[in-house]
Amino acid sequence: MLCVVVVALPYLREPQPSSDRLEEPDAAGRRRLALAEERDRALAALKELEFDHRTGTISDDDYRELVGPLRRDAAQALKALELPPAVGDQSPTD
Amino acid sequence: MPELGRAALIVSLGLVVFALVAGAAAALTRRRRLALSARNALIASFGSTLVASAVLATALVRHDFAFEYVASHTSRALPTRYALSAFWGGQEGSLLLWLLVLTGLGGLAVWVNRKKARDLVVWVVPVIAGVATFFAFMLVVVASPFATSAPPPDGAGLNPSLQNPYMVAHPPLLYLGYVGLTIPFAFAMGALLSGRTDERWIVATRRWTLIAWTALGLGQLLGAHWAYEEVGWGGYYAWDPVENAALMPWLAATAYLHSVMIQEKRGMLKVWNVVLVSLAFCLSLYGTFLTRSGVINSIHSFAQSPLGGWFLGFIVVVTVFSVGLIFYRLPLLKARTRLESLVSREATFLYNNLLLVALCLTILWGVTWPILSEALNGEARVVGRPYYDFFLRAFGLPLLLLMGIGPLVAWRRASLRGLAKTFAWPVAASLVTGVVLIALGAGSSTPGLIAYTFSAFVLATIVLEFVRGTRARRALAGEPWPVAFSSLIGRNRRRYGGYIVHAAIVLLAIGVAGSSAYQHVNEARLKPGQTLAVGGYLLTYQALAQTKNANATEVRAVLDVRHGGTTIGTMRAGKNVYTAPAGDVSNEVGIRTNYLTGEDLFVIAEQVYGDGSVDFRVFVKPLVNLIWLAGLVFLLGSVIALWPDAREERRLALRYGEVEAGAPASS
Repeated sequence: MLCVVVVALPYLREPQPSSDRLEEPDAAGRRRLALAEERDRALAALKELEFDHRTGTISDDDYRELVGPLRRDAAQALKALELPPAVGDQSPTD
Repeated sequence: MPELGRAALIVSLGLVVFALVAGAAAALTRRRRLALSARNALIASFGSTLVASAVLATALVRHDFAFEYVASHTSRALPTRYALSAFWGGQEGSLLLWLLVLTGLGGLAVWVNRKKARDLVVWVVPVIAGVATFFAFMLVVVASPFATSAPPPDGAGLNPSLQNPYMVAHPPLLYLGYVGLTIPFAFAMGALLSGRTDERWIVATRRWTLIAWTALGLGQLLGAHWAYEEVGWGGYYAWDPVENAALMPWLAATAYLHSVMIQEKRGMLKVWNVVLVSLAFCLSLYGTFLTRSGVINSIHSFAQSPLGGWFLGFIVVVTVFSVGLIFYRLPLLKARTRLESLVSREATFLYNNLLLVALCLTILWGVTWPILSEALNGEARVVGRPYYDFFLRAFGLPLLLLMGIGPLVAWRRASLRGLAKTFAWPVAASLVTGVVLIALGAGSSTPGLIAYTFSAFVLATIVLEFVRGTRARRALAGEPWPVAFSSLIGRNRRRYGGYIVHAAIVLLAIGVAGSSAYQHVNEARLKPGQTLAVGGYLLTYQALAQTKNANATEVRAVLDVRHGGTTIGTMRAGKNVYTAPAGDVSNEVGIRTNYLTGEDLFVIAEQVYGDGSVDFRVFVKPLVNLIWLAGLVFLLGSVIALWPDAREERRLALRYGEVEAGAPASS
C-alpha cells in the first residue's frame, strides 16, 4: 500500500499540473553547457600548469611553450560564452 | 515469515518492472509526472528488498530450518556472526544482496542527482531498473531464498573455510564493488540514450565509481588475507577464477578512472570511456556469473545450475545493448582535440590504459578458455599460474614504471630536455636502489630486482611531488610546513589522494615481489623432538595438542622457534575437524609476524599421522605484510580522493547554474 502511495505521489501532489512536460535544455542551453565545460577545462588546465611550473615539475621551456595556447583557449572559451549563439556556434560544441 | 519474504520480493519485482517500463515511456514521451513516478518506484523497491533481506537475516539468526536456504547453509552450533554471513554464503542469498545493494545505490544515485542532471536521470532510472528487474526476476522465479520444506533437526552447516572473520566483510565489499559499477554504467547509458554526452554523467558518477572501485580493491585484499590465513596453501593469490572474477572489473575500472581524466582535462577519449564503463559492468556481471553459476567447477554443473543460462543470456543482452548504443551515438562522441605528442601526460595515461586492458583481457581469456575448451572438446584445458605470472610481469612491470612517469609529464607535450631535469632525482634513486639490492644479493630474481627498482623510482616521484607541492604552497601562502602540506592535499584531493593510492600499489608490488621472488620454503615429516631449518629459523616440533569447542575439534602441532641462536617463541599449526558439516576439515596455519621487517614465518601442518608425526611445510615470506599495509594506505588515498571538495562543488554549481540561467555568471 505504501509502495503504491510512493509511486502515485507525483499524481497525488499535482492532479492537474499546468504542464506535465519534462524540462530539458534547448539547443542554446546545450551549447552554453558545452562552452562552460570548455571554459572550465581551459581554466583548470591553466591553473594546473601554473602550479606545476611553480613546483618545478614543468620546466621553464615547457611552460613557455604551453602557456600561450592554454591562455588563448581560455580566452576564446570565455569570449564564446558571451557571444550570441549564431556566432558562438563556431566555437566548441559537443 | 517466508510468505512475507516472498511477498516483499514480488513487490520489488513489480516496482522495478514499473520503473523500467514507465521510466522508458516517460523518457520517450517526455512526461514529467510519469518519470517521477518511475523514480519513486525504483527508490521504493529498496524498501521492499530491505524487508525481504530482513526476513532472511532473521531466519538465519534464529536458525529457522523451515527455510531451505537456512537449513543448507547453517547449523545450530554456528556462531551468530557466521550464521548472518551465510546470507552471502549461498547462491540465493548472494542474489538478494545484489538486489539490495543495487536498489539502495541506484535509488540514492538518482535521488542525489535529481536536480543536477534531470534530463539524464530520466534515462538512468530505466537502465538501473532493467538490471534490477533481472535480479528480482531471478529471485522470484528461478532461485528464491524463501523456499520452504519440513525443518530438519539441524542444518547442514556452513563451509568451514567460510567460518572466518574476513568472510564477514570480504563478500559484501565485493558485492558493493560489483553492484556499484552499475551506477556509472547506468549514467553512461543514460547519457547515450538521451543524447546528452556532455560531462555531466562523469561528474555525477565520479564518486560512485571511486566507491565501487575502492570496495572492489579492499574486498580483494581481504579475500587475499583470508586465503593466506584460512585456506592454508602458503600463498594469498592463486589466480583462481573466483579471484580473477573480481580482479577483471577492478582493472577495467582502474583504466576508466585514469582515462576519464583525459576526457575531463582534454575532451578526448569519449568513446573509450563509455567502452570502459560498459566493460567494467559486463565483467562484474561475468564475475557474478562465474561465482554463482557453477560453471567453474565444470561445464556440466553449469548445465545443471538454474542460474547459468539466465546469467549468460543477460550478459549477452547487456553487451549487445551497450555496444549497439555506443555505435548509434558515435557521432556525438567525437573528440575535438587530438593527441599532440607521444610524450605527454595524456599519452602516458593512454599507455597505462592499454596495459591495464591488455592485462584484463589476458585474465579474461585465462578464465574463459577452460570453460570454452570443455564446452567444445569435453575436456577442460587448465590455464595455470605460469600463464598469469608471465602476463603480470609483462604488463604489470611497465604499469608500475608508468605510475612514476605519468605525474611528472606535462599535459599536451613535454620536451625531452625538461623531462631529463624533472626525472633526475627519481632515476638516481632507482639506480642507487638497484645497485644496493644487487650488493645485498637481491639479484637472484630478475623480475624481483626490476620490481624493486621501479618501485624506488615511483616512490621517489611521489615524495618529490609532495615535497615540491608543499614548498610551493609555503612560498605562495607563507604557511608553516604542516599547514602547507595539509592544504596542498586539501586543495587538490583527487591528485594527491591518487598519489597515495599509487604509493599503496608500490607497497603491494614490493610485498608481492618480496614474498614470492625471495621466499624460502622447506618441508619435512617430523616426529616430536625433531627440527626443521628454513631461512635462518630453526623449528623444533614439540607435541600435538587437542581441544574441543562447540563446532569443531582443534588439533595443533606445537613448535618452538629459534632465530639467530635464541628462542623467539612458540607456534601452533594444525587442523579443525568440524561437527557440522560433519567431518569437514580445515587447515589452520601458524603465522609469526616480524613487524619490524614485515616478514612472516608461515607453518602448515599438511598431514597429521596416528603416531604423532606431522608433515610440515614452512615458508619464510619477506615483506609480505606490506601487502596488508598497502590495503590501509589504499583506503586512506581513496578516502582523500573521495572526500567532497567544497571548491569543486561551488565551481560545478556555478557552471550548471549559469547554464540554466542562460547567461555566464561573473566569477
